[in-house]
Amino acid sequence: MNRTLAFLTRRRGGRGWHPTDILSYAYLMLGVLMMFGPVVWLLMSSFKTQAGLVEFPPSFLPYSQEQVMVEGYKDPLPLFEVTLPDGSKKPMAQVRRIGIVSQMVDPKQPDQTIRVKFEDRTPIRSLAFAWENYVTPLKQFNFMSYLWNSIVVTTVATFITLVVNSMAAFGLSKYEFKGRTSILIFIIGTLMIPITVIMVPVYLVATQLGMVNSLWGVILPGAATPTGVFLLRQYMLTIPDELIDAARMDNASEWQIYWRLIVPLSLPAIAVLAIFSIMWRWNDFLWPLIILTRNEVYTLQVGLNAFQGELQVQWHFVLAMTVVTLLPITLVFAFLQKFITTGIASTGMK
Amino acid sequence: MNTRGMKGLLASAAVAVLAWTAPAGAAVELRMMWYSDGNEGEVVRDLLNRFEQQNPDIKIIVDNVAYKAILESLPVQLAAGQGPDIARVTDLGGLSKYYLDLTPYLMDPEYWRASFGPYLQWYRQSGDTKGIYGIQNQLTMTGPFINKTLFDQAGVAIPGAKATWDDWATATVAVAKKLNIPYPIAMDRSGHRFAGTAISMGAKFLNEKGEPAVVDEGFKAMASRIKKWHDDGTMGKELWGGVSGSAYRGANEEFANAQVVMYMSGSWQISQFAKQIGDAFDWVAVPQPCGPAACTGMPGGAGTVALKQTKHPKEVAKVMEYLASEPVITEFSARTLILPAHLGVVKKGVDFKTDLRLAKDALSVFTGHISNLSPVASALQGYPYNRVIFNAVISRLGQAVVGELTLDDAYARITQDIEAQMAEQQRNKK
Amino acid sequence: MKRSAGDGELRGNRAEGLLRLPWEVAMRALEYPMRGVQRLIGQGRMPYVFVLPNLLIFGTFVVVPLFINFYYSVTGGTALFPEDRPFVGADQYGYLLDCENHLSPFTCREDRFWRGVYNTIFFVTFQVVAMVGLSLLTAVILNRRIVARGFFRSVFFYPVLLSPVVVALIWKWILQRDGVLNAVITAFGGDRVLFLAEPQWAMFWIIFVSTWAHMGFYTLILLAGLQSIPADLYEAAEMDGTSRWRTFRRITMPLLWPTMLVVLVLALIKSVQTFDEVFVLTGGGPGTATQLIVHYIYETAFATQVHNFGLAAAASILLGTVLFILTMIQMRLGSRGERR
Repeated sequence: MNRTLAFLTRRRGGRGWHPTDILSYAYLMLGVLMMFGPVVWLLMSSFKTQAGLVEFPPSFLPYSQEQVMVEGYKDPLPLFEVTLPDGSKKPMAQVRRIGIVSQMVDPKQPDQTIRVKFEDRTPIRSLAFAWENYVTPLKQFNFMSYLWNSIVVTTVATFITLVVNSMAAFGLSKYEFKGRTSILIFIIGTLMIPITVIMVPVYLVATQLGMVNSLWGVILPGAATPTGVFLLRQYMLTIPDELIDAARMDNASEWQIYWRLIVPLSLPAIAVLAIFSIMWRWNDFLWPLIILTRNEVYTLQVGLNAFQGELQVQWHFVLAMTVVTLLPITLVFAFLQKFITTGIASTGMK
Repeated sequence: MNTRGMKGLLASAAVAVLAWTAPAGAAVELRMMWYSDGNEGEVVRDLLNRFEQQNPDIKIIVDNVAYKAILESLPVQLAAGQGPDIARVTDLGGLSKYYLDLTPYLMDPEYWRASFGPYLQWYRQSGDTKGIYGIQNQLTMTGPFINKTLFDQAGVAIPGAKATWDDWATATVAVAKKLNIPYPIAMDRSGHRFAGTAISMGAKFLNEKGEPAVVDEGFKAMASRIKKWHDDGTMGKELWGGVSGSAYRGANEEFANAQVVMYMSGSWQISQFAKQIGDAFDWVAVPQPCGPAACTGMPGGAGTVALKQTKHPKEVAKVMEYLASEPVITEFSARTLILPAHLGVVKKGVDFKTDLRLAKDALSVFTGHISNLSPVASALQGYPYNRVIFNAVISRLGQAVVGELTLDDAYARITQDIEAQMAEQQRNKK
Repeated sequence: MKRSAGDGELRGNRAEGLLRLPWEVAMRALEYPMRGVQRLIGQGRMPYVFVLPNLLIFGTFVVVPLFINFYYSVTGGTALFPEDRPFVGADQYGYLLDCENHLSPFTCREDRFWRGVYNTIFFVTFQVVAMVGLSLLTAVILNRRIVARGFFRSVFFYPVLLSPVVVALIWKWILQRDGVLNAVITAFGGDRVLFLAEPQWAMFWIIFVSTWAHMGFYTLILLAGLQSIPADLYEAAEMDGTSRWRTFRRITMPLLWPTMLVVLVLALIKSVQTFDEVFVLTGGGPGTATQLIVHYIYETAFATQVHNFGLAAAASILLGTVLFILTMIQMRLGSRGERR
């Protein structure tokens, strides 16, 4: 028992090679497979043709059937591997198919056609990336404008969220004042209420404020998130009051205490909230769908969902565009990876 | 930066915000909200470009949205007095109070009555018999497809024109058994698809007064068959049992993979099958299976409507007139493989732009279905609150199929759901 | 953890500098006016200034809508504007609460509401436990001496970047009848499983998928908590010959508790609010087996042809009340734990 549980308490710097090390690496490897596998699958699927997407069993890489030009035929013909009556196999092009009989032609002998049973032929396929899944929608849509709107919404909203929430958290954690408890109860009490359930009244309010079809209508409603206040306040409570008293002695104004003292000290918690906010804003879909109805204010999530029709979903476009929305945030993550992960991790979240 | 600088910054930000929403240029700018199942968005943009060349004073901006936005957000926006000038909608009757009557602005209202006669009623509120509100530029028809190649391989004869649902079930099960196919029959998870089959069995859905009276013998005859087919494996559980509520689910993929012998869906699948299946096997539209009362599917479709809160009714009417003109309708149908509703165009026939013989054949079969439509089906499609019925039917039968409810409980719940929603509707202040 | 006080310097690389600039400009610009405000109203009233912007936004977009929502819940019809809605008293609540036996959803008049309630309770319980448990396990493993720790940390974090819709989409392609998982199973000679059409499987997978999507975030927070525990405490424990399990229980857990509390609260909030993922993945099915309460409310207000804002509002008020009480209890327990 003790041995197997040893890893629970082992910190960096444990000595020697231990069975639990093997278990740990096994777990991490499994993690890589579980976490990355599905995303890689999405990436591969986004290069498949419409026919390729619905195949079973699905292939990992995108394939499509090969076609050949045969002399005497105007259009390229699909290529099959045909099992001939004598058991030998031969690549042949299909001229036409009637019921369960195909008319095939050997590309080398274009004037001779033979009839082959449906089951006796299998398509010859080769690797083919369906770039048109990307090109067509990008040409059709005002992608740059959607991207720009998404960036504006995400950065502005995150900035406002951080400032407004950290101010409130400071006020609520470091001061005693009349009404503090009721404000706290109200904010914390609404922590768990999802915006989805009050969407209609929020829309009503936004309409009255003239925020329909403006990015402010997306940015403001979620800016004062109770989660943010809660998170930051929890953290600020751990900052010793003596620091603040000392600053007051030095004739610092309350505002200076807030932005020069408290905020830098709360940076780890603010980083957590920033990530929370960025993820949420970038991926926000339901609310923008209601409040933004004009092309020029669409965010990526709204714009690229136009491929979901009533009766059909154009999955090949949806998947490709999903990858496109993932790209910017993956790049940001790759560049800021150290900052984000070590930002939370090494500074310590307490 | 001092406060004044801040204020200046805020002011310029406000101006920027206003600039986003303010119309640009001298031309009248119209907004059109549009969803696409396939290439309709592209095609309509193309057509509108030509219109803009002829009418430089009108500019139309097409806002492409997900269908979800049309179904769920647009009604809320309209109720709040927001929304576009023109929209492509499917809830034709449900939104009728927001439509703009085009009659006074049209050059030739008679053309509209002659071309869209039977469909104009779908857009009107009850009691209204005159208004012209929209263009029925898409007609859909529910109906079955079969994988004919599987029938050929299994050597099973394809049931004939007057075959009943039971005949089809027997035949498809025979094919599936022989070739080891998992699903003899698949039907879209949709109350609308189910309705056609139930009407064939004698279901009426509405009483003489035109109010919902859904559960009758004909309805039960089809509902109990569906339940039985799910229990004995004729239908697969993951379509009807797969999701909850009124959510739609189709079986395109299974059909395209030759896992389904017969797929009860509708005309809109043709363009999709042409791409997903192509010529890989013979997918064929077959006659509507029969019941004792009829051999019918359900009509349906989308319309382009003008909305009342527009500030430019004249220009809107001009655009609508263009979109409703015969050549435009013909081109739209030909390029999107969508069945036209325009009576003149139907009469002349459309030369659909596809090289695939299978697709052309299927389109002509479905065109044939339209003339054999049961009047009950037309009436149900024209009933403004038909989605209340469809939603209740599909969500409760879905529960019955997975065994959460017995059939009798499901019938009771269907009636209760519809009553509750209609009662809520009645509550509105007059 | 090192704390530097008073200098306003955010240490770090260029990326940080880029983030810092607008912040510093805005804050500096506000310094003089704020000093003026403080002189005007006195130091004692300054907290109001700090709380005000938040309360303004919060009041406009949460509190006012909550009141409108309450008004919706005592009115009927389908009108959007409150003044157009007729008063119906507690009708909507009565409709929701009308049950022969509240423990058996199918005896209720609005059975789907109650299915949603029970599904949500089940989902939240198991999802939070699975999420926090797995996050803790992963954090503990990542806290060991691991090669390429940064890489593994990023791997576990990556799914957090995906939108709920994308997450559900990816997994739908994997789990559906003709999906990857079934391809693997059939390749090994097994029979296809209808992962999303069997009630127990569907529930399992929505818990699995939402854990998959969010655990990276909590893992990072917990890892940070673990790393802030001073190493000398462990060394001392080791010298005393304290058993590892005891060390974990007596040192790691108590010191990790404040972090744990944050993680638990955040995980619980996220879990209760789960909607998009499940909506896209299972659509609440099969039957109503995975239909959660938020899904019910959304569907009642939007997806029906007759938009029943009143009933949806009543359901959300009931949900809100229960959540409010739960949060308060949790905070009590949390602050007691903190003092331990």
